[in-house]
Amino acid sequence: MAELNTGDGGGKKGSKKVRSKKLNSKVDLTAMVDLAFLLITFFMLTTSLSKPQSMDLTLPDKNEDQKVDDMKVDENRTMTVLLGDNNQLKYYMGFLNQKGKPMDVVYGKDGFRKELIKRKKEVIDYSTAKGKPDQGIIVIIKPSKKSNYKNLVDILDEMAINKVAQYAIVDITPEEVAVLEGDAKPAE
Amino acid sequence: MAKVKMAKKSTSIDMTAMCDVAFLLLTFFILTATAKQPEALPVDTPNSTVQTKLPDSDLATIIIGENGKVFYGVTGRDVRVKTLEYMDEKYKVGFSDADKQKFALIENFGVPIQNLKQIINMTSSERNQKGLQPGIPKDSTDNQLADWILNSRKAIRDLHDKDLNIAIKGDAKEEYPQIKKVMDILQEQKVNSFNLVTGLRGKDF
Repeated sequence: MAELNTGDGGGKKGSKKVRSKKLNSKVDLTAMVDLAFLLITFFMLTTSLSKPQSMDLTLPDKNEDQKVDDMKVDENRTMTVLLGDNNQLKYYMGFLNQKGKPMDVVYGKDGFRKELIKRKKEVIDYSTAKGKPDQGIIVIIKPSKKSNYKNLVDILDEMAINKVAQYAIVDITPEEVAVLEGDAKPAE
Repeated sequence: MAKVKMAKKSTSIDMTAMCDVAFLLLTFFILTATAKQPEALPVDTPNSTVQTKLPDSDLATIIIGENGKVFYGVTGRDVRVKTLEYMDEKYKVGFSDADKQKFALIENFGVPIQNLKQIINMTSSERNQKGLQPGIPKDSTDNQLADWILNSRKAIRDLHDKDLNIAIKGDAKEEYPQIKKVMDILQEQKVNSFNLVTGLRGKDF
């Protein structure tokens, strides 16, 4: 093993004067073990943590015949989110320009999430009043051509955080683009 | 009088066995760890709070960055070779066996298949020079990306009898139409479910 028998233990019985110097043959392994465990920890963590995270996204089936596409949903349950350039974000409930005007919100905890939670509760109340409490909010996400990927992921993340079961990514219509461009400058 | 010998108590512990075990484990972890390949197209992924991890195997990654450049890569050497064979059948580039073996080692690439041979024969540092690879064509006239995906799916089906998982790794600054284009290509093949690769965001977001 790690010990080497170099010292001759013969000095004891003989005359006291001749004493051979005892060599300490044991190697101190503490530092080595420390280092080894440090490296083990490092490799263990890097192998399992380097796996990237991902977010599942399921899009509705694209049918060539458009028959199934136009599914009627209760407009009181829908919330449409428009993503513009420069992190501009607008949403409206129901149909455009009927029930509610599109409103500006900002991304994040105090902006969009608050609104979403509020609207989600309203929809649940509405559905409960109708006797179908399991029908929650439907969020329609409409990214414009100028929005970036981060905006989309942020909104999808909000859906995951607030446990919105039904949401879809839909192409934006020209009217909605006009709504987004109606504002000269998005709110900072 | 006989000498009374006191039994000396040793304070040091024999660490040999511990050291052996530690180094055995260390060797194991070093060997199983896969060295991180340099990325041909570095992207800055957006963050999310979702904690799901990407699957390990049977995964195709589509990287979108730098104004719509698309890079493609699939896991598994056997799958890569088979995919290349299927692609060769269609595009008739004529890859040799040596080319295929080298291709099997490439994590991801972003060139039209006509230029793939040159890329295969480069060293990995040459290959990953910034701006060298122009991205895989994905227009309606020359939709090679769709073919790559389709052939990888065929290859996985043949070899492992499984479905291909598809991950999209987009740059946070990338404009939505570029992402949409890739999603449309996937949807044309009736792939409606895929993963978006994201970074980690703090819990208090």
